[in-house]
Amino acid sequence: MTRRASLGLAVLALLLAAGVTRAERPTLRVGSKSFTESYILAEIVAQIIDDTGEARAERRLGLGGTGLAWGALAGGAIDIYPEYTGTIAQAILKDPALTSVGAMRAALDGHGVIVGTPLGFDNTYALAVRRDEATRLGLRTIGDLAHHPGLRAAFDPGFLERADGWPGLSRRYGLRFADVHVMEHALTYPALAAGRVDVIDVFSTDGQLARLDLVLLADDRRFFPDYSAVLLARRALADEFPRTWAALERRLGGRLDNATMARLNALADLERRSFADVAATFLGRASAATPRSRIGELATLTLEHLVLVAISLTAAVLLGLPLGIVAARRPRLAQAELMGVGILQTIPALALLAFMIPLFGIGQVPALVALSLYALLPIVRTTHAGISSLDARLTEMTSVLGLRGWRRLAWIELPLASVTIMAGIKTSAVLTVGTATLAAFVGGGGYGTLIVTGLALNDVRTILAGAIPAAVMALVIHAAFEGLDRLVVPRALRAAPSAAR
Amino acid sequence: MIALRHVTKRFGDRVALDDISLTVEPGHTHVLLGSSGAGKSTILKIVLGLLKPDAGDVSVDTDRGEGGPMAHIGYVVQAGALYPHLTAARNVTLPARAAGWSRQRQAARLEALATLVELEPELMRRYPHQLSGGQAQRVSLMRALMLDPPVLLLDEPLGALDPITRASLQTQLVRIFGDLRKSVVVVTHDVREAFVFGSVITLMNHGRVVQQGTLADLAQRPADPFVSEFLSAQAPPRAMTRELGR
Repeated sequence: MTRRASLGLAVLALLLAAGVTRAERPTLRVGSKSFTESYILAEIVAQIIDDTGEARAERRLGLGGTGLAWGALAGGAIDIYPEYTGTIAQAILKDPALTSVGAMRAALDGHGVIVGTPLGFDNTYALAVRRDEATRLGLRTIGDLAHHPGLRAAFDPGFLERADGWPGLSRRYGLRFADVHVMEHALTYPALAAGRVDVIDVFSTDGQLARLDLVLLADDRRFFPDYSAVLLARRALADEFPRTWAALERRLGGRLDNATMARLNALADLERRSFADVAATFLGRASAATPRSRIGELATLTLEHLVLVAISLTAAVLLGLPLGIVAARRPRLAQAELMGVGILQTIPALALLAFMIPLFGIGQVPALVALSLYALLPIVRTTHAGISSLDARLTEMTSVLGLRGWRRLAWIELPLASVTIMAGIKTSAVLTVGTATLAAFVGGGGYGTLIVTGLALNDVRTILAGAIPAAVMALVIHAAFEGLDRLVVPRALRAAPSAAR
Repeated sequence: MIALRHVTKRFGDRVALDDISLTVEPGHTHVLLGSSGAGKSTILKIVLGLLKPDAGDVSVDTDRGEGGPMAHIGYVVQAGALYPHLTAARNVTLPARAAGWSRQRQAARLEALATLVELEPELMRRYPHQLSGGQAQRVSLMRALMLDPPVLLLDEPLGALDPITRASLQTQLVRIFGDLRKSVVVVTHDVREAFVFGSVITLMNHGRVVQQGTLADLAQRPADPFVSEFLSAQAPPRAMTRELGR
């Protein structure tokens, strides 16, 4: 037991030491959400920061939604990220009446956040049709669709639900379609191209628009709110790094129109160029001055992932063992306790992570807390089962011999239950390696970073680049724990496992 | 000395012990005889303090202080109940370690006990699964004797052994009990064993004492038809005694 604990601590100290040996120049943390355009804009921002030389850019990309990204900025976990005016009004300030950038500036000032000059493009919802269909039916505006109720539509679930999506749009224009399918956004393009549907919702800068030769219908009644891209930054960034902020304003303010952004999105989505590469192309460089090699990146992610697993598993063991022991001691309490821990397990991991944000912000801390809670159940369960299922004649003898308290636990119960308990810890370890990939959604790093990026790009190779190392790590950790059995499980119980029961 | 006075114990509706009284004098061996379910083991557990009687009282008169039943009562059960993760030596010295004995004192006592039960010191390094049934049972007896308790309780100590081991260990135990002069209670269902071990036998049935006395008392002046029935059920057939006698 103690030998294992000290081994764990040593590994931890090593990992932490490795993480700390960086940082000479001050860093600016650049955030993004987990879709292509946000990644590209953040990458452009990061490269401009590095070019200017006042600070070093640290990328915290792929945060799993507006709530997370805004929470990170407001809480000081990141310094800058790209956002859209419509989102600022609707989701962040929750005041749909706000339309001008000036009004948003004033409202965000109280949060210590500044708004840069709009970048020049408007990534709003739009309805798209095939060019041949548009010509045949004479479709130019959304209003024209009202004359063709026989058309079939496919909408992404978000668009179908949001007030500023299909419900409001159909009312404003008096639209009806023969069929309205709900479909994942990425799948609506092939459905439209194949002629299975006639109308889909799109974002006006989607990279697919140009390639598939689609026509965007004009929003002549101005239903869709404006989604102009802007940079949101902490005021301290402009105050402490004035040259950097000036460079960002000069090189990005009004420089990206819809066509340019759609082209950059297409480079990433369709031509499978890396975000760094796409950003470098926009900034007029031959190729990406990619700061890290693929191998280097994988090493960093591996370290991050290991730290996540090591810390959360250690915490789960330190918490789970006592909980399991208490449950074994008090059968009445055990039912309630096991149910409580079981309920934790039924919360989808992503939801559990989301619950952590208001409490712990973003980054590794909320991820560690969520992962520790998630790893708890197998450990508590096996500890409880291992101790309470010991041979009744042996436990009776333990009472007769006068062994109580920690001696009873350390000399008799834990060694006898060690095979079972170790099985629970192994299960938790493997589980945690997998679940830790979700940490990327809250900026926790690790292999999930590649998986989230791959999902944004709909790129299986990038997803596998994160998923395969995670699977390998799970196998390696399982093997390592099998080795650990030799330290923890008494020799005689390994030689004759049946003797333990 | 052990004394039970009018002890009654129920498990739910079932009466496991019904008004039991018995006394075991220091230096004597008392046998509790009866079929399974008669309540013999329950008496031992009440003496150990593992179970509380519903009525009546129990006194175990020893000059030892606190420190768990083992400090003043040694306990041996069928098949030993040795801890599988500890060597024979660690099993035996466990109560001494809990009581805070020095290593030297533990080692000296271990050696003395091994000599007493006639186990080679080499066997003390083995784990329970590496011992024969008879060896394991003698290790279990060593553990029960580790703190030199004045009272020794044995619950079917020879129950799981083959006949030859059983016979030799029986003889050995009788010698040890004679040497040690402790208050000993042996639980068994075997009439032969009862005869070999005990000067006083308590025959039990369904939680009651049927008769108390020597085997001769029970055989010649049965208090109840059950006594004769129980004894004759285990007596070897006459023809067999004749065959063996030749």
